[in-house]
Amino acid sequence: MTDLVEVRRGAYYDSVSLMQVSKAVRDAPGISAALVAMATDLNIDLLAGMGFTVAEAVGPNDMLVAFRGEDQAAIEAGTSALAAALAGLKAAGASAGGFGEAPPPRTLGTAAARGGANLALISVPGVNAFVEAMDAVTSGLSVVLFSDNVSVEQEIALKDAAAASDVLVMGPDCGTAVVAGVALGFANLVRAGSVGLVAASGTGAQQVMCLLDIAGVGMSHCLGVGGRDLSSAVAGRSTRQALAALAADPSTESIIVVSKPPADEVLAAIQAYAGTLGKPVHWAILGAGRPDLTAAVEAALPTSIKDMDDIPVWPQWISESQIEAAIDPKAKRSNGFLRGLFCGGTLADEAMIIASERLGPIRSNIPLSPELALGPDLNSDSHAVIDFGDDRLTRGRPHPMIDPSLRLERIAVEGDDPTCAVLLLDLVLGFGSHPDPAGELAEAIAAARRAAESDGRELPVAVSLIGVENDPQGLASCATTLQASGASVFVSNARATRHALSLLASASAANTSA
Amino acid sequence: MTDTSTPASTPISTPLISTPLISRPLRGLLNGEPSVVTAGVGLLADALRAQAAQVTEVDWRPPMAGTEADLAAVMGDPRREAANAKTVSRLMSAGAELVDVRPAHECLGIEKGTFFHAGPPMVWEQASGPMRGALIGAMLYEGLAQTPEHAETALAAGDGITLDPCHHHSSVGPMAGVISPSMWMFELKDPVHGGTAFCSLNEGLGKVLRYGAYGPEVIDRLNWMERVLGPLLQQAVRAHGPVDVKAIIAQMLQMGDEGHNRNRAGSLMIMRDLLPSLITVDAPSSDIAEVVRFAGANEHFFLNLGMPASKLATDAARDIPGSTMVVAMARNGTDFGIQTSGTGDQWFTGPADTPMGLFLGNYGPEDANPDIGDSAIMETAGIGGFAMAAAPAIVRFVGGDVPLALRTTRTMYEITLGEHPVFQVPILEFRGTPTGIDVTRVVRTGILPQINTGMAGVIAGTGQVGAGLVNPPERCFPAALAALAKAVPDPH
Repeated sequence: MTDLVEVRRGAYYDSVSLMQVSKAVRDAPGISAALVAMATDLNIDLLAGMGFTVAEAVGPNDMLVAFRGEDQAAIEAGTSALAAALAGLKAAGASAGGFGEAPPPRTLGTAAARGGANLALISVPGVNAFVEAMDAVTSGLSVVLFSDNVSVEQEIALKDAAAASDVLVMGPDCGTAVVAGVALGFANLVRAGSVGLVAASGTGAQQVMCLLDIAGVGMSHCLGVGGRDLSSAVAGRSTRQALAALAADPSTESIIVVSKPPADEVLAAIQAYAGTLGKPVHWAILGAGRPDLTAAVEAALPTSIKDMDDIPVWPQWISESQIEAAIDPKAKRSNGFLRGLFCGGTLADEAMIIASERLGPIRSNIPLSPELALGPDLNSDSHAVIDFGDDRLTRGRPHPMIDPSLRLERIAVEGDDPTCAVLLLDLVLGFGSHPDPAGELAEAIAAARRAAESDGRELPVAVSLIGVENDPQGLASCATTLQASGASVFVSNARATRHALSLLASASAANTSA
Repeated sequence: MTDTSTPASTPISTPLISTPLISRPLRGLLNGEPSVVTAGVGLLADALRAQAAQVTEVDWRPPMAGTEADLAAVMGDPRREAANAKTVSRLMSAGAELVDVRPAHECLGIEKGTFFHAGPPMVWEQASGPMRGALIGAMLYEGLAQTPEHAETALAAGDGITLDPCHHHSSVGPMAGVISPSMWMFELKDPVHGGTAFCSLNEGLGKVLRYGAYGPEVIDRLNWMERVLGPLLQQAVRAHGPVDVKAIIAQMLQMGDEGHNRNRAGSLMIMRDLLPSLITVDAPSSDIAEVVRFAGANEHFFLNLGMPASKLATDAARDIPGSTMVVAMARNGTDFGIQTSGTGDQWFTGPADTPMGLFLGNYGPEDANPDIGDSAIMETAGIGGFAMAAAPAIVRFVGGDVPLALRTTRTMYEITLGEHPVFQVPILEFRGTPTGIDVTRVVRTGILPQINTGMAGVIAGTGQVGAGLVNPPERCFPAALAALAKAVPDPH
């Protein structure tokens, strides 16, 4: 063992720096003990305790260097480690990384506390969504709650807290909102205007805003309220707040309420409330016996447009032969079924409501009545409409408007199925959707039609294309791509559905032939 | 009744609360482009950026495992928001004045055989090395045992011995935090909320009782503190009148201290305030000089004033139903315990972690005892590790750099309820320190409070072996959350 003890007079470093230096020396190969410290009484005692002796008189302004190595090589290693560590102290200031950026906020509450924000867009897993949304609401933010799997009790608690702090909860499971021209979630780049939407439906709202845009009518805001807002339990809590806000908004002149089938008594109460607002409120409410969304939009258009004959003409991309097939009684198929494969739940609902008037019961994973539910494999030997955006099909995977693979697989299955007489599809454009959805869908349609043809069948395909020309994907180019695959394309989901139905025999006719 | 001029029937003109809401409902949400905060799927934030909208993306992560239901219950508690606003406001508005220095038997009514200690409740069998050492030392100091062996036997037997947390007696103690009847205490009062808090006098560095040392030099020093330091400080404080300790904390944060591991400026300032009164006390000048030399040589002299000041603040925030704010974090060398405002005196404990940092002399990690002391009251009140950005010199304790100090303070804003109006960090543009730890935010983010601390030797009698940084054990927070969830009233 070799000891080195050295006094460096007039060398001052703070004690913390020297603790680091001591550690560096101690870590050198062959060093068993080391202390580099200012010669305070405490440190002199420490040094003595380690078995070192300081021969000369020292004071607190002197630096003590003491270390013990197994041989001379170790002492040299310790000496060079000491030199490097002391040099490192000097260099640290020069190479300091600066102050750096503040770490990003980790909660909506702390983000709100940083100031400026007034709206939260929440898409965390459903089990965590209530906590984040409540944090946002109590921090004074309105919320677009994209997440699903939030319980009705939690939804009510959120909406009551929101009303108390004068903010709006849009959702849960709210896919679509547009606030002052900013699209949140799935929304289309429609023109600005004076019609405000209150929407208890995501793709329903997109259908309405797109049709308005195509008719030349712009939108002020679209306030989503969540698909359950007009249920008995939730009782229109957010719808009331949204209506009041639009009624007070100077850029909004009239309002359209869009909803999946609501509870009758809630709808009646909301309609009574809407009558007190002093602005026209129109209703695009899905349900048997009610106008479809396209008809509701037509009814809500300003009289200046309605008065013009045949306006609006809803664009469609359809060949002469397809039109002929639709009007030719002999061309009707009596031995096959409608298969609707949708990404939009409200569009699927609307298609089922329209189709069941003609075809009778339609099986579905979101059935109009419970006995029509499809099994978990979603297979059917009858008329069927599947919503690939349903909660149960999006668990652990993105929404089909982002990742269409599940539906594309099913299109191929239908192409091989001789009982599939007509295929009805939707495609939703806009912010949040797949950047090139038409290409993949057109390929799948063409492949399914070829498969049917090789089996001696013709498979007609109708597509509801929900979009506007300004959408990032472009309405016309998507429509052209789809039409090239052999599909007929409609901007109105109701029109697309009716076209598909026109290719089938009615329920009674089908039963007769069977 | 002084005002009888208004009969009860007089119509009172009440402003229509809804008036501003008619013009700007939803806080003006529709009146301009929204500024959006997103949590969750990154694509949705990207889509907003593509529209050139104002977007802040939250770095959201799932909460601590198994806490989802309790979080939902507590976040849904309608009392939470107002209760937390009240607790953090009481914490931050509390004052702290040094009003007296007195022996513990006089001001705390503690009797011989009773020892207060740091941290949550414990029994001798659980006590760690430094806690045992400090209790042995206190037995020797009080004359309850003649040798360390006798002291240990008596403590183990437990006859006539009572151990109780300082926190249960309006007190706090650094490291082992042992308080016995003959020790002299700083007495602080909160003139705003009326609270009182006590802390022992700091013994200095090296081999000291609070680090578990009990050799003759330790007992000699305690005797001198009882005979000279305490009485002289008492005379000085009484002559001076109340000393505003909160104001000193505010100043020291602007002078490179964070109030836990670095108290240099605070220690100098308290002596500056007391010195004129001290030099006129009725005592030999050699004693006065020794007191000044002792206090001046101890850069942690102020810690024992900062701690009761923080205790006053956190005690003012206790017992607010529905509040999820932490009002105590304390360690006894074995367990780390926290208390919250909404759960009364219940402790939520877990095994204390061992600090990471630098070691004195030849000591290493194996020599360090698990985290110990009531001094985490500093972080509970929003200083110490939470104010590390004010004390960049501290970061080298963990081999870090100055950006680490800044990042640490900035990160603590993610788990706190408020920003202190008086305690400010100059380098963050005098932003108030992150104050009032919210259990729900700790559980949601997984960010644990950052504590700066000293390290005691694991073997009784060793003393200090280093200093560093430590976090509470994670499990304290889900346990506190579960109790808060249980306390949420049934909405029906």
